[in-house]
Amino acid sequence: MKNRTGWLAESLSIALSAALAAALTAAPASAENIKRGGILTYMIPADAPPSLDGHKENTYATLHATAPFYSTLIAINPDNPSSSTDFVCDLCTEMPKATDDGKTYTFKIRKGVKFHDGTPLTAADVATSWQYIVHPPKGVSSARESYMVMVDTVENPDPETVVFKLKFATSAFLPALADPFAYIYKKETLEKDPTWYEKNILGSGPFKFVTYETGQSIKGVRNPDYYHEGQPYLDGFTAIFAAKQSVRVDAIRADRAATEFRGMPPSARDELVKELGDKITVQTSDWNCVNLLTPNQKKKPFDDVRVRRAMALAIDPWKGAPALSKIATVHTVGGLVFPGSPLAATKEELQKIVGFGPDIEKSRAEAKKLLEEAGATGLKFELMNRNVDQPYKFVATWAIDEWSKIGLKVTQRVLPTGPFYDALRSGSFEVAVEFNCQNMVNPLLDVAKVLPRSVYPENYGGYEDPKLIEIYNSMLRETDPAKQRAKMREFETYALDTQVDTIMTPWWSRIITHRSYMKGWKISPSHYLNLNLANIWLDK
Amino acid sequence: MYRYILNRLLLSIPTLIGAAALVFILMRLIPGDICVVRLGSGGSINPTAVANCHAQLGLDRSLVLQFFDFIAGFARGDFGTSMWSGKPVSQEIATRIPVSLEIALLATLVAVLIAIPLGTISALHQNSWLDHIVRTVAIAGIATPSFWLGIMSILVVLEVSHLAFGAPWMPPIDYVSLWDDPLRNLSIVILPAITIGYRYSAVTMRMTRSAMLEVLREDYIRTARAKGLFEHIVVNRHALQNALLPVVTLIGIEFAFLIGGLVVTEQVFNLNGIGRLFVLAVQNQDYTLTQALVMLTVAIFVVTNLAVDVLYAWLDPRIRFG
Amino acid sequence: MTVLAQDAPALRRSSLDTAFAFSRRQPLGTFGLVVVVVAAIAGLSAEWIAPYSPTANDFGAMTEPPSAAHWLGTDQFGRDLLSRIIYGARTALIIGFVSAFVGGFAGLVLGVGSAYFGGVIDLVLQRVMDVLMAFPLIIMALAVVAIFGTGVQNVIVAITVPLVPRCARVVRASALSIREVPYIDAARTCGFGHARIILRHMVPNVVAPFLIMLTAFVGQAILAEASLSYLGLGVQEPTPAWGLMLQGGAEEYASTAPWIAIFPGLAIALTVFGFSLFGDALRDAIDPKLRDR
Repeated sequence: MKNRTGWLAESLSIALSAALAAALTAAPASAENIKRGGILTYMIPADAPPSLDGHKENTYATLHATAPFYSTLIAINPDNPSSSTDFVCDLCTEMPKATDDGKTYTFKIRKGVKFHDGTPLTAADVATSWQYIVHPPKGVSSARESYMVMVDTVENPDPETVVFKLKFATSAFLPALADPFAYIYKKETLEKDPTWYEKNILGSGPFKFVTYETGQSIKGVRNPDYYHEGQPYLDGFTAIFAAKQSVRVDAIRADRAATEFRGMPPSARDELVKELGDKITVQTSDWNCVNLLTPNQKKKPFDDVRVRRAMALAIDPWKGAPALSKIATVHTVGGLVFPGSPLAATKEELQKIVGFGPDIEKSRAEAKKLLEEAGATGLKFELMNRNVDQPYKFVATWAIDEWSKIGLKVTQRVLPTGPFYDALRSGSFEVAVEFNCQNMVNPLLDVAKVLPRSVYPENYGGYEDPKLIEIYNSMLRETDPAKQRAKMREFETYALDTQVDTIMTPWWSRIITHRSYMKGWKISPSHYLNLNLANIWLDK
Repeated sequence: MYRYILNRLLLSIPTLIGAAALVFILMRLIPGDICVVRLGSGGSINPTAVANCHAQLGLDRSLVLQFFDFIAGFARGDFGTSMWSGKPVSQEIATRIPVSLEIALLATLVAVLIAIPLGTISALHQNSWLDHIVRTVAIAGIATPSFWLGIMSILVVLEVSHLAFGAPWMPPIDYVSLWDDPLRNLSIVILPAITIGYRYSAVTMRMTRSAMLEVLREDYIRTARAKGLFEHIVVNRHALQNALLPVVTLIGIEFAFLIGGLVVTEQVFNLNGIGRLFVLAVQNQDYTLTQALVMLTVAIFVVTNLAVDVLYAWLDPRIRFG
Repeated sequence: MTVLAQDAPALRRSSLDTAFAFSRRQPLGTFGLVVVVVAAIAGLSAEWIAPYSPTANDFGAMTEPPSAAHWLGTDQFGRDLLSRIIYGARTALIIGFVSAFVGGFAGLVLGVGSAYFGGVIDLVLQRVMDVLMAFPLIIMALAVVAIFGTGVQNVIVAITVPLVPRCARVVRASALSIREVPYIDAARTCGFGHARIILRHMVPNVVAPFLIMLTAFVGQAILAEASLSYLGLGVQEPTPAWGLMLQGGAEEYASTAPWIAIFPGLAIALTVFGFSLFGDALRDAIDPKLRDR
């Protein structure tokens, strides 16, 4: 067996050069070198999605299976998907400027767009689809309702115009509007049968629906009438459901599929690079997902801020993150805000927050003292976790080991999804490994996760805190970027340091390993973005 | 004979009802429900959406009503619709049965073709080195976790094909049926069939060996040998036929247990079969689908047991004519 | 006197002789016994013989191949594989023995009771056993785990339940054959109580197949724990357990660090192998029909 470190260095350098090569070749491709044709086979790392309706579902399984068939109003720029502010039009003609003090957005819809059954798509379809998302009629569920609280009305005064009127101006609106699940459906169908799209597909996107074999695969073929000139370059695609990670890795290795669009663990990347050399391309990005260790403040002694503070002090993310990044899909140390965003804290600002201090020995000594004060030395508790390997169980195993260094004796209680959420909502846990995953990088909305349950129903920390809500609201409505950033620092410090409402763990890292013949696709911080395959082409 | 069969069929009704009640209660004791699973994958749950989902799936009705619905539907032959996908349960099962059945039958074939001859040879040469080898291989088959065997076998195939042909090979990951493309289909099912078949044949081999050992001690075998008959006639015509009785019953019973083995094997090989559907249904807390699958499993078990008992009774002339 | 004195050394020689004779006649059985004993020693004295702590992460030594410092290599957290396997023997044997004994005794009671009392009791018990036997293990396990949580004791519960009907069935068949024997009826007419008849006459007759079944059960329980852990329903991190080690490391690292997958799998296979061989030898020894002429 080759010396492991030497081999690791070798493979990392291969990955680096492959990534570099990919970065160079991924520069905007001119029309001459793009090859047309071919079928892209990719894998969806899930079992069959519950339904095919993007409005109702929250799972990437639905998105990966259906995004190529649909259009949205606006989208993140597929050539710059890591940006959180670079939006481009999909169905609209140009990005509008907000009017009326930032409370009105008027979109003009393209002419000549057709649904795959030949009928024309107008502003009425766009407006109705959005109405169903923002203010769903009774009995219809919209999984995105709570993200669109700033929207007052959606209207279409004429067949080419859609107008959004907001209740208050906020920079959180456009990112919310670019939600990849916001498919544009046909108005007639929605009004006749709002559940039709759960089992059927009819869109206006780059690919037309061919077949769907439950739990097996879904296939699409090129839409010759697609409104973006020249696209799509592929003849078609096949998406195969492959829930088992080892199968996915082996499949890419044996070229049964070109890629998957969620993320691979570092071990898979290392294996594929070692095996395939330059036949594989690795793209890496920070991921807009993070695990949070949330104590239940309704249970003693977690209502005592000293205990929570001690728990935070025991953990050393600066040493843990690089080690974990070799075996788990985590990488960057960050606070409440996504590390790449302008609103995120710098390293100096982070180190002032508890749990991010530069001297771990000092932190742990302080932690032991705090525990003693609170009468919780040698505390025993259960860490509740989801039954998912990457990175949940890895992060938990690491945290448990860190806590053992200040004398805390922690065991893990792993639950399948249903019972996990049930325990979260009913508060029958001591400390839980939660997660905060958002479709888009939209820090103002993303950090709402730590708001108390009275305003954010999906918070499980069991605390009430009017001051936190106050800081948040003033930050949301602040229009000056510098002042907003200062307010974000205040919010973050109050939530993580003063109150220790939750403990951050290193942010996830998205690693996509795809066959080098697949070109045109750029990685983004979200496995929900850039999935309609319109700009992908095969170099073979 | 017919009265015996009728009797057994009647006795199976309380078994089925008992299984129905058990799965009904167990599933509803698990905290959370399918709506939470379905909407929770983004990290947060909208309570209104969950409430809507409950209403849509009929989960807001009383438990007694739900149970009655379930039993009555089952009696009618209507297995309801899957709560996860909204498709009829019978359709969900029908799309997945071909893979599982194919693997089960292939595994049985492997077991029978390998186990019976080897078990016989082992018995004929008891305590020789051949016997020890066969017994060791058989016990290894029972002792090895089947999923580990599956993982190792995929790995071995990948590595060997890489070394031999320069490019790693693995079976296709999208299933095609036997009729559409026999070669591709076989390349998909052969590894899982061998993985399951190894254990199956190990169990059968041991039973064949012990049954043959018992039969070979019998007086009539001694007589046949004393009469000067050729050994292979003694073995095939006299010994084997009688030894096969318990072996056949074992093959039948193990076939019913095969479903348990399928659950794990289909996970390893990413096959879209009944076993994997089972795991999904339970994890998604899809009550209707889980209930239907459990009833199916129990029914298969009951029918297989009955068939084996009837076969046994019929094959044994002492029972048939006694 | 001299005769006795001469007899004594002969007796002593022959018990050692018997042991050697057994191992010569039953080499596989002896091998099995040796494996079982080694596993038991490992489990009992884990604290003393394991070189490292099984749960101590060492981020400086992740996925290292076998070397002088780590005889079997390390896993993805840098934990020593040999230590984890040794402690894993303890978990495996606890789960194996407790499940086998509890399941076995429950099955014994139910099987004998069912055979002895017959009638409606037999009918009802048989139906219950049928349901439990046909009921898929995974649902039982998931329900137990979801309701009561994971952990060794709950895994034992989940594994024990399917063992009970299997045992009951075999015991019942054995006991039934006794029930028809005349001396049982004679005992009843003499007015002997149920308990006495059952304990004195029925149970001893079923002990032989029962004991053999127990050894098989231990092996099956260990395999069941491995399968459940593979599905995520068994023991949880960071508890060292062989099945759990296969789940965490087996698939992700099968290609790059195969020792993570190979050694726990071998440990399981060897231990179950040992128990099966031992059980076989036991059966050959106890069951007169299978002895050589």
